[in-house]
This record gives sequence, C-alpha cells and structure tokens, in this order.
Amino acid sequence: MMKNTSFNPKGNRTIGNRLQEACECTVQSSKDRCNSLTSGHRACQGCGEALGARWVVDAAMKAAKGKLLVVNATGCLEVFSTPYPETAWQVPWVHSLFGNAPAVATGVAAAMRVKGKGDVRVLAQGGDGSTTDIGFGCLSGMFERNDDVLYVCYDNQAYMNTGVQRSSATPPTASTATTPSMGHEPGNVFGTGKNLPLLAMAHQIPYVATASLSDTRDLEAKVERAMSFSGARYLHVLVPCPLGWGYVPNDTIRLSRLAVQCGLFPLFEAEDGEVTSATKICEPCPVEDYLKPQKRFANLFKGDKKSDKRLAQMQAIADANIRRFDLLGDEENCK
Amino acid sequence: MLKQVEGSRAVAEVVALCRPEVVCAYPITPQTHIVEGLGELVKAGHVENCDYINVESEFAALSVAIGASAAGARAYTATSSQGLLFMAEAVFNAAGMGLPIVMTLGNRAIGAPINIWNDHSDAMSMRDAGWIQLFAENNQEAADLHIQAFRIAEELSCPVMVCVDGFILTHAVEEVDVPTQEQVDAFVPPFEPVQVLDIKAPVSIGTLVGPDAFTEVRYLDHKKQLRAYDVINNVSRAFKKAFGREAGGMIRTYHVDDAKTIIVAMGSVIGTLKDMVDEKREQGQKIGLVSICSFRPFPSKEIQEVLQKAKHIIVLEKSLASGQGGVMSAHVKLSIDKKIPVTTLIAGLGGRPIPKKSLSDFVESMEKGTHGELHFLDLDHAVVERELAAFEQEKGRGR
Ligand SMILES: Cc1ncc(C[n+]2csc(CCOP(=O)(O)OP(=O)(O)O)c2C)c(N)n1
Ligand code: SF4
Ligand SMILES: [Mg+2]
Repeated sequence: MMKNTSFNPKGNRTIGNRLQEACECTVQSSKDRCNSLTSGHRACQGCGEALGARWVVDAAMKAAKGKLLVVNATGCLEVFSTPYPETAWQVPWVHSLFGNAPAVATGVAAAMRVKGKGDVRVLAQGGDGSTTDIGFGCLSGMFERNDDVLYVCYDNQAYMNTGVQRSSATPPTASTATTPSMGHEPGNVFGTGKNLPLLAMAHQIPYVATASLSDTRDLEAKVERAMSFSGARYLHVLVPCPLGWGYVPNDTIRLSRLAVQCGLFPLFEAEDGEVTSATKICEPCPVEDYLKPQKRFANLFKGDKKSDKRLAQMQAIADANIRRFDLLGDEENCK
Repeated sequence: MLKQVEGSRAVAEVVALCRPEVVCAYPITPQTHIVEGLGELVKAGHVENCDYINVESEFAALSVAIGASAAGARAYTATSSQGLLFMAEAVFNAAGMGLPIVMTLGNRAIGAPINIWNDHSDAMSMRDAGWIQLFAENNQEAADLHIQAFRIAEELSCPVMVCVDGFILTHAVEEVDVPTQEQVDAFVPPFEPVQVLDIKAPVSIGTLVGPDAFTEVRYLDHKKQLRAYDVINNVSRAFKKAFGREAGGMIRTYHVDDAKTIIVAMGSVIGTLKDMVDEKREQGQKIGLVSICSFRPFPSKEIQEVLQKAKHIIVLEKSLASGQGGVMSAHVKLSIDKKIPVTTLIAGLGGRPIPKKSLSDFVESMEKGTHGELHFLDLDHAVVERELAAFEQEKGRGR
C-alpha cells in the first residue's frame, strides 16, 4: 500500500515527517488536520486507543473533505471523550449503546441517502469487545447488507472500560480480570477467540485492513483507501493499553511495532474477500520481545518447562501468521 | 377512502402516508404483515425518499431507527412480544436520547411458554422506558393513531409506541377510512429535529452523564411526559377537526356519568365491553366504561375525575404482574380515592377469548360481592388443581 521512500524505508517512526514531499506527509503532521479528538479527554496516559481514534478520524475527515459523521460504541473511547458537559469531539458524533454502533451507523447512512446527502460519509467505531462480541450480530448485518459505513475496531484485546476482562480478541495466555493467571498458570486459554478481519473478509465486503500505531502513514493510507470505496469497510487497529496490558505508558508505539514485527499482528489489506497486500516484516523479532514487557504475559516467563512450552506456542502462532500472509521481507522489499 | 382491509394493511398504508424516511423491518407474528405491507408500498414507489432496510434483529431494527432519527430522518419500525424484549436496551435508549421514532407494537404474549397470541405483557414490560404508549380500540383508530403518533413524537422529541392488539386487530379485516396524502401532509408537517448530526454544526449526542446531572436529565424526561398530556389531547382534537372523527386523546368514556360500576380497560376489548354495558343498561344497571388510550403518560387526573363517584371499579387487564396482580390496576388505584373498591380482572392472556357472557357473569357475581381483589376470567380451576397436585407428587422425581 504505502509507497516506499528511500528517506525512511521502515515506515515513519514519527508523525511529523515534515521533511518529506507534501504528498507523502501524514495527515497528523499537517497543520490542517481537523484534530477530531482534541485534548482534555480523560484517557490514561499512553492510551493507544485515544491516539488511534484521532489518527483514524482525522484521516477519514480529510478523505471525506470534512463531511463525516461518527458513531461510537460504548467503551473507553466513548467514556473518556464525553463526560457531560464536556466533549473532546470536534466532529458530529453520536453514541447509543455498547452493541449497536454498526446498526446505528446504518441508520445514519440511510438518513444521509434519503436526504440527498450521499456525500456525507459515516464512520462507526468501537473497542474489540463491542466489535467481536456484543456488537458482532449488528456488525455482520451491516457487512452483509453492504451498508455505506467504515467500521473501525480499536483492538486493545480486552474489555478495558469495565476493568480488563477477557473478550474474544484476548490472546492466549494473557491474564485478564476474568482469565486471571495464577501462580504458574496462564490466563486466557489457547484455541479460543476469533479473528475479526478474516470474518469481515468472509462477508466479501469491498475493503478490509489491519493497521498499527507504529506506522502512521500506513494507517492513514488504509483509512484513505477505505474511504475511496462505498459499501461496508472494516479497519482493525491494534491499540496497546498500558493499564490493561501492564506496561509503561511510553511503550505504546514500541509495543505496536513489536506486535507487527514478531508476526502476532500481521498488517494486510483485502478487497472483496481476497488479500491484496501484506506489509513485509523487515526487522523480525521473536515474540518474546513483544510479550515480555507486558505484565499480562508474565506467566510465559516463569522459566519452567510449562511456560517455555507456552511461549513456544505463542511463537508458533506468529510463525503461522508469517507463513499465511507471506510476511518475511527480503532485500528487495526491505530496501 | 373507505376500504375493506386487514388492520395491518391499514396501518402500513397510513404509515406510508406519513412519509417515513427510514423503515426497519424484521418479522415477528403478529406484526409481520405491517412491515411486509410497507415493503411493498416502498418498492412500488408509493413512499418518496424512503429507505426500507431488512435488518438482522429487532435490536438492530430499533438501532437503525435510532441512527436515522439522530441524523434527522423520520424513522419507523414495528414489532411484537419477544421482538420488543430483544430490543429492550434500544427502547430505553431511544427515549433517553429523545428521538421521535414511531413504532407499532402488535401486542402479543411473552414466552415461556411461547405463545403468538394477543395480550398486553409486551407493552407493559416497557411501560417505564420513557415512550408514549397509545392503545387502539379498533382498526380505524389503529390507523388514525399512527397519523397522530408522528406529530406527537416530533412535537415532543419523544418516541411513540402505537399498541395494536395482535390478531384481534392486526389480522381482522374491517372497513377503514384511509385518508389521502393531502390530508396527512396537512396534518403531519415535515420533521424538524431538535438536535441532529450535522457536518456544519458538530454536536456530541448520547454522551456520558454522571451523578451531577443525571437526576436532572430524568426529571426533564418526566416533564416531557407531563407535557405530553396536553400535546396528546391537542393532537387528538386537531385530528377530529381535520378528519371528522374521534381518535386518541388520554381516555374515552362510555356511560360513566351515573354509573355505579365502572370498568376500566384498553385496546380492542373495549368493543366487547361496550356491548356488555349496553345490555346491562337495558336491564337497568348503572354501569359505565373507561377506555384508556394513553397508557404513558398515564391519565391519572382524568381517571380520578371520572371514577370519583363510582361505587365499584373493575380494571380489566391483559397482563399480569406475577405475585402482585394487575399492572394497570395498580396505576388506577394510585389515581383514585382509596375508599372505592377496585377489582382486578385478568383476562385474555395469551389470546384467550374474552366472551361477553363471561364478562357479564363476572359483573353480576361481583355485584353480589363474591370476588376478591383479583380474579382471573374463565380460569379452569380443574387444570390448576390437577397441576398443583402433580407438582406436589412429582417433586424431586426428575433428578
Ligand atoms: C449491554 C451492555 N453490557 C455491558 C456493558 C458494560 N460495558 C461497557 S464498556 C465495556 C467494555 C468495552 O470493551 P471494548 O469494547 O473492548 O472497549 P474498550 O473499553 O476496551 O476500549 C463493557 C463490558 C454495557 N455498557 N452494555
Ligand atoms: S484503560 Fe486502556 S484503553 Fe482505556 S483509557 Fe486507559 S489506556 Fe486507554
Ligand atoms: Mg477493548
């Protein structure tokens, strides 16, 4: 997707990029960005979701030329951004319930259509819990009808707003409040959970992509690409959560990058159900690098046989992703 | 135009005349014919600028309507029974957000045991959700109430549920005067939302409200319901002026002025009750009838006024608060002088017919004072005794 530049071949590590050609600058580096989610909200320090939401909505606003309506599911993002009488949103924004954001978005899009305002676009957003669990029925319905909505899932891999409980996006072994790791016992079990990007692809919708906070330009490019389609589109963004994952807040971007580089979070795009691109891993690393800084994975590093075996199982998941999406870069595509 | 039509068809045609912009459809008996009818009318081009959406659940149906309404479109859906419960969270949400959605409820019992026939348990389950709830006596009123509902909803920014007895009305073919487009257009002005998602004036709708302001928000909801008394009455009066017939309002009375015994009820059973009252009056009995049209807001003041001179009150209701008695009776009791005895008559549960003879016999026996405060019409005592005995005997056997 992203055009490689010799200036910064590894994706941009800063949102600035002011030294680049204007057309290659990120939306975030532009003074004209709409700053959809402005300062003053109550997210935790280092919240990946707050960052991801602003980047995504700013990029979508740019693509929609300012004509964008946003629907939000219940969750951290909604709660920290709109404690009455304040709101951090600079865009028209509506929240209804935890499990109905895709359906509400369908209604908003329908209203725009019948009112002859088809140029006003609709973005719906929610956490992994609302997307993969409670709102999945509505999401699947919205996909299946191919309603003109871009749905964005901010995946922090648990129900954070209610205090870090397991969702169907929680990775194996991760300790959460409802899958606690005890002593040497791991948290969440292997062999469960669902892969929403693949499920979205199974609906044959025009566009599906995954994105990471470690590559702003790639993330923005995917939003822009998503906005170039009409119909149902799905973007799945990994958003580390210092509170729920147990790491220091200044590691949010580093962990985002490591998740991609170790292969646990593959970056790819798909159109009409077929994968069209996958971002090569140019600096591969073992899953250990990504998992070890996070307290929720402490059970993997007990130094006994069982935890070694679990760590190997985690590595196997990453390896499977790398094979499936052909992620390992070579000299040609990692220049 | 007078037409011989099924109740559902009449409702569908009238809703179409109200120019809904988004219609959400999901099947459930006995409401289904309404959304089917609307689907056909939209497809045939009888409703301009209308999006008819086949959704995946009732929860989605009302959620799509919520989104459409928040974005400034006139939104409509219909459901019954389990469907209403399935959308329960969105029902409260639509009211909390002050969205003037109109929904038809084809009244049906709630399972288990699963039962597709009529009673009012579904409507009663949502009585405190913040919606206005209007009950139709017959198919003409079912049609007319929808015309009023859009106007009431939009004037108040409050959702309105039009309750139409399942099968008894939804599937009954009767003569209904379906008005013209011009008539309806003159009565229902275009929707102008109070607050709307607008790219030119960005607002945040549906934000979090903490303890510091939540009571005030609820107080304002209550105020809105109180304001609805006037709006419902005014719209009903305006309707009579425009269409030349009665429909809606808070309550309607029948021979109450000199009545010693007054029956309170709502919905389609009013027809049977009127016949019964006529018969009893012919025999010289001073009996009257109050038909509640608006259950929410509840017409406490009107009820108090009309019932104050009664010697006996019978509240006939098609729902049961297990362990307590009647839902509507509790409301009536709170509205009137404590000294007037009130008998709750539970009738018509799960579609059990309410024959005039049973009603007549009940009134007669009640006047002899043979009933307590709670009576179940035509209860088969033999079945109940048998089941109770079997339950005693079989206790623990299934383990
Ligand atoms: C029907 C319903 N069930 C449960 C809740 C409680 N609840 C609110 S937010 C939330 C967790 C949200 O998790 P997620 O969607 O992953 O978003 P996050 O907070 O992690 O960003 C839960 C369980 C609710 N509001 N509504
Ligand atoms: S708990 Fe996590 S997702 Fe929620 S605000 Fe804090 S960092 Fe963000
Ligand atoms: Mg989450």
